[in-house]
Amino acid sequence: MASSATQPVETEWRLPDRGTVGIISLILTEISLFSIFVIAYLFYIGKSLTGPFPKDVLEFPVLATICLLSSSGTIVFAEHALKHRKMAMFKMWWAVTIVLGLVFLYETGVEWHDLIYDKHLTIATNVFGSTFYSLVGLHATHVIVGMTFLLIVFIVTMRGFPIHTQIRRVTFLSWYWHFVDAVWVVVFTVVYIVGR
Amino acid sequence: MATVDYPLEKSRRQREFSLSEALYSWVATVDHKRLGLMYMTSAIIFFLIAGVMAMVIRAQLIVPENHVVGPQTFNRLFTMHGTTMVFLVGMPIIAGMSNYLIPLMIGARDMAFPRLNAFGYWIFLFGGILLYFSYLGANGLFGAGSAPDVGWFAYAPLTERAFSRGTSTDYWILGILVSGIGSIVSAINVIATTLSMRCKGMKLSRMPLFVWVMVVDAWMVILALPPLTAGQVMLLFDRYLGANFFNTQAGGSAVLWQHFFWIFGHPEVYILIFPAFATVSEVVPVFSRKPIFGRQAMVGAVVAIGFISFGVWAHHMFAVGMAPISNIFFATASFLVAVPTGVKIFNWLATIWGGKIRFATPMLFCVAFIFQFLIAGLTGVMLAVTPFDWQLTDSYFVVAHFHYTLTGSFLFGVFAAIYYWFPKATGKMLSETIGKWHFWLLVIGFHLTFDPQHILGILGMPRRVYTYAPGRGWEPWNMISSIGAAIQAIAIICFAWNVIRALIKGERAGDDPWDAWTLEWTTTSPPPEYNYETDPEVRSSRPLWDLKHPEDPDWKYE
Repeated sequence: MASSATQPVETEWRLPDRGTVGIISLILTEISLFSIFVIAYLFYIGKSLTGPFPKDVLEFPVLATICLLSSSGTIVFAEHALKHRKMAMFKMWWAVTIVLGLVFLYETGVEWHDLIYDKHLTIATNVFGSTFYSLVGLHATHVIVGMTFLLIVFIVTMRGFPIHTQIRRVTFLSWYWHFVDAVWVVVFTVVYIVGR
Repeated sequence: MATVDYPLEKSRRQREFSLSEALYSWVATVDHKRLGLMYMTSAIIFFLIAGVMAMVIRAQLIVPENHVVGPQTFNRLFTMHGTTMVFLVGMPIIAGMSNYLIPLMIGARDMAFPRLNAFGYWIFLFGGILLYFSYLGANGLFGAGSAPDVGWFAYAPLTERAFSRGTSTDYWILGILVSGIGSIVSAINVIATTLSMRCKGMKLSRMPLFVWVMVVDAWMVILALPPLTAGQVMLLFDRYLGANFFNTQAGGSAVLWQHFFWIFGHPEVYILIFPAFATVSEVVPVFSRKPIFGRQAMVGAVVAIGFISFGVWAHHMFAVGMAPISNIFFATASFLVAVPTGVKIFNWLATIWGGKIRFATPMLFCVAFIFQFLIAGLTGVMLAVTPFDWQLTDSYFVVAHFHYTLTGSFLFGVFAAIYYWFPKATGKMLSETIGKWHFWLLVIGFHLTFDPQHILGILGMPRRVYTYAPGRGWEPWNMISSIGAAIQAIAIICFAWNVIRALIKGERAGDDPWDAWTLEWTTTSPPPEYNYETDPEVRSSRPLWDLKHPEDPDWKYE
């Protein structure tokens, strides 16, 4: 569409990357989902008619928290190594991230086993149980999803796939992982500090 | 551009037409235009089903103590009618219109994520089918199954295991949850497309208002739908794992469900009206031969409505007994919505004012939209007054109010869109004569149906009752209302006839039948799979005007 007396159209034409916009939108919609579970948790604090109550049964998940939060650092190291094509370092830090995530999930499993079998708190026991298992469980589900993608990246890399061609996707995955970590900070604050 | 003969294309053209191949090409498509048409077609089919339900409802209510259907069936009818119209008609129409038009309007070749787009459509469709499968599959415990009967907002504790036996409520939860995933991915796609795929020169300040409204709509979808999903997951936990979220006997709160539902539900009604806003903002200028009045104000108003819509939800809950401060807050916030909405109405009127108006069918629907939407807004302001709402909540006044927004405004806007863009999508014109029959019958039928319902509400008729006793002064109004519904049905038959007739022997449309100004009219009708042979370049908000009037282009004044 060139008209004769034309105004020059913008020479510089840059738009945000569609993947970036997509992943940010996805994270926003997830934040909306989590906030409702967080609101439900806050709303039901102290509303349980029968025990066990949070102060009786909950203990700080110290190891799990340290592992999950530091995995946000190790994935950054992995990303950095990948950008500089240091594949051995990438694989090492990526593996460390996976191990830290698995430790978190294991610790959550131990906590739940303890709560269910020793302290007799299930999702049906009282509103504390309902909100606790659904909020922590929703977060753990997100960790599992993130873990699945981390493992996929790890396996294809070990089998020789040139992962450095997919830096964009690796970055998106690490954003998602940071988001899951940030949610844990909120969950930890709400469940283990405010709720106790 | 030189034509290149692709050997593959050629062989495909020479091949014989086969039904299975044609079907496969639709099932496997990732083309935004095909997916858009599939969304629209599915929505229209669900619309006809839910419309038939509405007819049965009106047939039951035409005279007092009528026996067309029993109370149980009636509950299922209004539940399925409401749920279908909101989730399986409104939402796919949004997705369909965005999908078909946004890439064309911003000069892109496709949506940002074509495969995600196809996923969104199919998961929406299967969600809808799952909901309807309840009629066959939900004969759960104690014969208490069949379709959901808990109302479209499914208030707890009615939905708890103890009060809703069988599996019908689970079909409601899962059908909506699954189709909601489709709405969310389609909204993410719209956002990414709009922000990242615009052609050269298509700055946000030049983007068609249609695209602006639809992208704000998409933002609302991604933020408003998850609360419903979260509430539904909690309800599923209650029903299947014995959780106590909404179980009042264990300290749970039934009111919390109402909050969660309406945090979703109120933005949702604005989400539903936005495609009508979007359409009217494109159609009115073209048929008034004037650029839209106050473009920036229109964009600002839409963004403002999007923001405010998240702070008004509890005006649906005045009658549950909230604290006075909550009542005041939510009433005030609800009044605030009237300000940007008023800006929009004034700007549409100012666009028409002094214009060279052509009353073609799309314009007729837009004018009726403006009038009916104004009344819908006014009754909305009335209902936002807390004491007024205490009197009329859950009465037919509310039914009349929201049908003014959803039928009188949303549906009229969608018909305007269909009459306006049908020529682009199919290459055929819809008949103006049948279109005018369709329009006038729908206007008359609509007003006969819903105007008397305001009076019925004031006379005290509650909504959702399957019948009523004679002698309360309700009979004439119900009679008129049901007759109006029948006239609306005739109007819809006219529409269906018009579409089928146009597809078979419609006049050829040409590229630009309405002498319009936005990019989609520069390509052929229907557009080729690649949309534009060369990437368009845009210098103003009316690129096609610039092209038609090189001596007086818009960009001189912007």
